[in-house]
Amino acid sequence: MTSSIIRMSKGPILENRIVIDDIVAGYGPVQVLRGVSVHVEPGETVVLLGSNGNGKSTLINAIMGIVRPTAGSIILERDGQRIDLIGKAPEEIVGLGIAMVPEGRRLFPALTVEENLMLGAYRKDARAKITENLEFCLEAFPALRERYKQIAGNMSGGEQQMIAFARALMSAPSILLIDEPSVGLAPILVNRMIAKIAELKTHRNLTILMAEQNFNQAIKIADRGYIIVHGEIAFEGRNTEELKNNELIKQYYLGV
Amino acid sequence: MGRFWLGATGVFMAGLLFTGAVDNEFYFFSGYVILQGLIMATAWNILGGFTGYVNFGSAGFFAVGAYISVALHQALALPLPFLILASGMVCGLMGLATGYLTLRLKGIYFAISTLAMAIVLETVITNWEYVGGASGAYILTPKDSLFFASYVELLFMVMLIIAIAAVAFARYLSTSRTGKGLTAIRDDELAAECMGVPTLRLKLVSATAMGVFMGMAGAPFPFFITFVDPLSAFSLFIAVNAIAMPLIGGTKVWYGPVIGALILGLTQEITTVTISSELNLLIVGVVLIGFITLAPGGIVGLVQDFSRKRLRSKAAPSAGGDR
Repeated sequence: MTSSIIRMSKGPILENRIVIDDIVAGYGPVQVLRGVSVHVEPGETVVLLGSNGNGKSTLINAIMGIVRPTAGSIILERDGQRIDLIGKAPEEIVGLGIAMVPEGRRLFPALTVEENLMLGAYRKDARAKITENLEFCLEAFPALRERYKQIAGNMSGGEQQMIAFARALMSAPSILLIDEPSVGLAPILVNRMIAKIAELKTHRNLTILMAEQNFNQAIKIADRGYIIVHGEIAFEGRNTEELKNNELIKQYYLGV
Repeated sequence: MGRFWLGATGVFMAGLLFTGAVDNEFYFFSGYVILQGLIMATAWNILGGFTGYVNFGSAGFFAVGAYISVALHQALALPLPFLILASGMVCGLMGLATGYLTLRLKGIYFAISTLAMAIVLETVITNWEYVGGASGAYILTPKDSLFFASYVELLFMVMLIIAIAAVAFARYLSTSRTGKGLTAIRDDELAAECMGVPTLRLKLVSATAMGVFMGMAGAPFPFFITFVDPLSAFSLFIAVNAIAMPLIGGTKVWYGPVIGALILGLTQEITTVTISSELNLLIVGVVLIGFITLAPGGIVGLVQDFSRKRLRSKAAPSAGGDR
């Protein structure tokens, strides 16, 4: 899959890689991640599988700087540079080219579509390319162009998910973290959303780490994946075949 | 020059004309009180409305502003404009410092911490003998009132200028990038953070601006009432008004507190004359409860709802939404 990537970005192509090594994280006394190691290579789509409460969101929040791990390391390798993400504020991490589509979308409901998108480009480097990125987002999601001046909170679930994606893309990221894009969407919309992610990835040369419960959908676009159970990596599938044939998947997702 | 500044200049000129044409000092006393409320409401709304951090202690900054003014007046006999600037600066720094300590808290915890802070401030002032401590301090009204007929007319114009400055700042802030960031914090702080909005820094900007204007509103206060003690400077009436006015007007836009201050302030002044001054706090309470339960968006919210409904009924009835 990776060989067919069309490189569209105009600036220097960034080879970004995230290497998470043995992190421990949680909330207060509750330990959610107990020594998780995950790596995402440039241009890959990696999926984190697992049911609720196993630590998928915590892992994504830890990369984003929202949850601070108590042990282990999260390294962003960016054009040969090694940057430790632990201890960095979320705004700095956004500045390093990592963006997040949060679980449940988390839009700014009182603001218009336009204002939501503009907030996605809050960082200085993102503002420089704001017209270009905006044009791209509105082309990718034509429905948003029609509803550009509408209040985001009044829009349908599918449209809100589009805004969440577009807002994340407004910071011109090279790595996109997606937390459960299928939550609260009708099955047909999940289908479209997954196809859209694949399309965006190709056009934007994105590296994607996606947490998802919907195995059958996630596997359509994943290059490989991890299964998290109780805050530990229970299985690492080096390709989709390995994931499909894994016992845990059969047990949790396919009901075999 | 935009419409806003034309309007502001108009208001200023009207104020000047008013001082020239009217002799009855009562109107200037009333006007002063309303403008004081307006400045405080606008200041409160920057942190409480734009940013969504509801603050019960902000009137403490008003009192500190008043006392900075007393202290500097006693020590150096500085003229009023300097006292106002000094109070604004000190209270701005205090806003920054207390903001740094409290703004990591959220919702009700933040609100309680600000309430505690106001009590601490009151205790400090009460024990500060230099400015009169618990027994208060007398301030002699300066003889020189420039070209105004009386000193209260001068104070009225001073408050008008501060009010215009505060409203202009709030308006500028709400349309700026910083203001959009503040709205994002109010709507969903975590999401704002994920988008790269520097939330703590923006919250501190917001708290500092609140402090500056609260302090400025308080600085002329000792000259206005000529005797200031902790009870009057930290009065519940002043503190509640600063919160009630934005809530009644509408907290999401810069003109919300202005509308609230004018309506509530005028009502209070009228009842003071026609019924009794004791009734004022009761009126605030009743009106506030009414708005919180029936119109949480304030007057601005009511008008927006109304015009939206009219728009919808005007548009051809559609086949219904697809959501």
